[in-house]
Amino acid sequence: MEFVSPEGLRLDGRRPMEMRQIRAEIGAVTKADGSAVFEMGNTKVIAAVYGPREVQNRSQQINDQALVRCEYSMANFSTGDRMRKPKGDRRSTEISLVIRQTMEACILTHLMPRSQIDIFVQVLQADGGTRSACINAATLALADAGIPMRDLVTSCSSGYLNSTPLLDLNYVEDSAGGPDVTVGFLPKLDKVTLLQMDSKLPIDIFENVMQLAIEGCKAIANYIREIMLENTKQLEYRRGI
Amino acid sequence: MREIELSLNQTQKIRLKRALEKLESSSSKANSNSNASVSISDSIPVNHEDGVLKGHGTLDLNGELVATLCGVVERVNKLVYVRALRARYKPEVGDIVVGRVSEVAQKRWRLDIHYSQDAVLMLSSMNLPDGIQRRRTALDELNMRSIFEENDVICAEVRGIQHDGLHLQARSQKYGKLERGQLLTVPPYLVRRRKQHFHHLEQYGVDLILGCNGFIWVGEHVEAKDDMVEDQVSKPEQQKSNKNSISLEEQEQTYTPIETRQNICRIANAVRVLSILGFNITIEVIMDTMNLSSSLNLDIHEMLGSEFCVLVAEGEAERRSLTKRKG
Repeated sequence: MEFVSPEGLRLDGRRPMEMRQIRAEIGAVTKADGSAVFEMGNTKVIAAVYGPREVQNRSQQINDQALVRCEYSMANFSTGDRMRKPKGDRRSTEISLVIRQTMEACILTHLMPRSQIDIFVQVLQADGGTRSACINAATLALADAGIPMRDLVTSCSSGYLNSTPLLDLNYVEDSAGGPDVTVGFLPKLDKVTLLQMDSKLPIDIFENVMQLAIEGCKAIANYIREIMLENTKQLEYRRGI
Repeated sequence: MREIELSLNQTQKIRLKRALEKLESSSSKANSNSNASVSISDSIPVNHEDGVLKGHGTLDLNGELVATLCGVVERVNKLVYVRALRARYKPEVGDIVVGRVSEVAQKRWRLDIHYSQDAVLMLSSMNLPDGIQRRRTALDELNMRSIFEENDVICAEVRGIQHDGLHLQARSQKYGKLERGQLLTVPPYLVRRRKQHFHHLEQYGVDLILGCNGFIWVGEHVEAKDDMVEDQVSKPEQQKSNKNSISLEEQEQTYTPIETRQNICRIANAVRVLSILGFNITIEVIMDTMNLSSSLNLDIHEMLGSEFCVLVAEGEAERRSLTKRKG
């Protein structure tokens, strides 16, 4: 199948190095300590953060740092064919773990000993790159909850189809079976915290593809920062002096 | 941007937008020199020659000061810290808080006060209902549930942080169990620390407690009675002699007149409106909002409608621009 036309356009009309449109909104769940909605094209994800709060299961309490938990789920209506998926299947447990580890790496957990932070992410519309969208949404929600973090984590995926590196794969490109690299990135520290890849790639091409994903992460980080700053200013002036 | 969750029609939308813009312009003029909102991983400009003490919400990264929170940069002499908006409550000694009992444990109650851990109220750090100062016995420990049970709402003061968590105390008649009223939860940053957190609104017969942790209590006024003064000996006799009348008396006591209940609901809704709009919650603003609603002859349920919210926003914009002109 042809994923990049001779004119250099992808199936949805993007250039190979072009991202989908991103949109973020802070404060989607009223009862949560922090919440956000993040959209990348047709992928739409909602995240809610509760905590730091008292540890629910005393035996899990850690004396010098906070316990971070994460739950990923996909809404039944998120995919094209409505499927009733059992809760806690392999895929969602794996993604929960990935998100938890990524977020835990950047939260300053030692500042909140003997407490627990719960992150809930749910996919409302799935169109490829749900993993990245979930991490971005979780970052925004954590920032909204006022949880101290080392740096913003942002995530973006990239792939390699028809001998072209492609940024931010959608569902059709994702299911083509080609290599799919998901990167989690800390822009200020210039460090990679998450790297996942399906299938194989030669090392020199891999570096190009990964660099492309990192550029995507940086672009998302800029956007997220703007959104957060705008939100902070709003809250501040509304409250008044 | 955090949207206000209301269903507005077109005119209301424009009016709200205008009011909020007015607020924005007035606040940006007021603190143009210290207008320093930062988001996570933004670097904070500091003069290293003067020496810098890094406070909460900051991190040293290769000699650069970096924010770890979204908030406003505050500078006190050498100290630089970031004050987060919309975070959980950070207790300070002497704060008045309202909490809910989550557990009755050994010689202590655990209270949910919207902090990262449950707060602890020791049996020994509160006055007993009989008002006598004495050592707490094992019997007192067994009778702890007769003082506070699970899910009771309690008002107390922050005593300090010990090795096993945050401790509270309730050593006065004004603290203790809160009954016959409503508990409201608002974001803690909307409640400022002030001299007075207990308010008795005489004209309405209502007690209002603005807890520093964002828990706000609106309830029927109770006379702070000092049991110590009462004659300890005569009390049991009285109880025996007129048992029938006591039950009647109790009935009367638990009955709250309808006007008071309406006032409670009206004040509670005023607080809700302010918290939806994200305005600072002080006694003056609450009373203004309440008076506005009664002067418009609005029903209590209409206060949560979009029209009233827009009116409150406009009123707040007007009020702030007025106070600025004076100042």
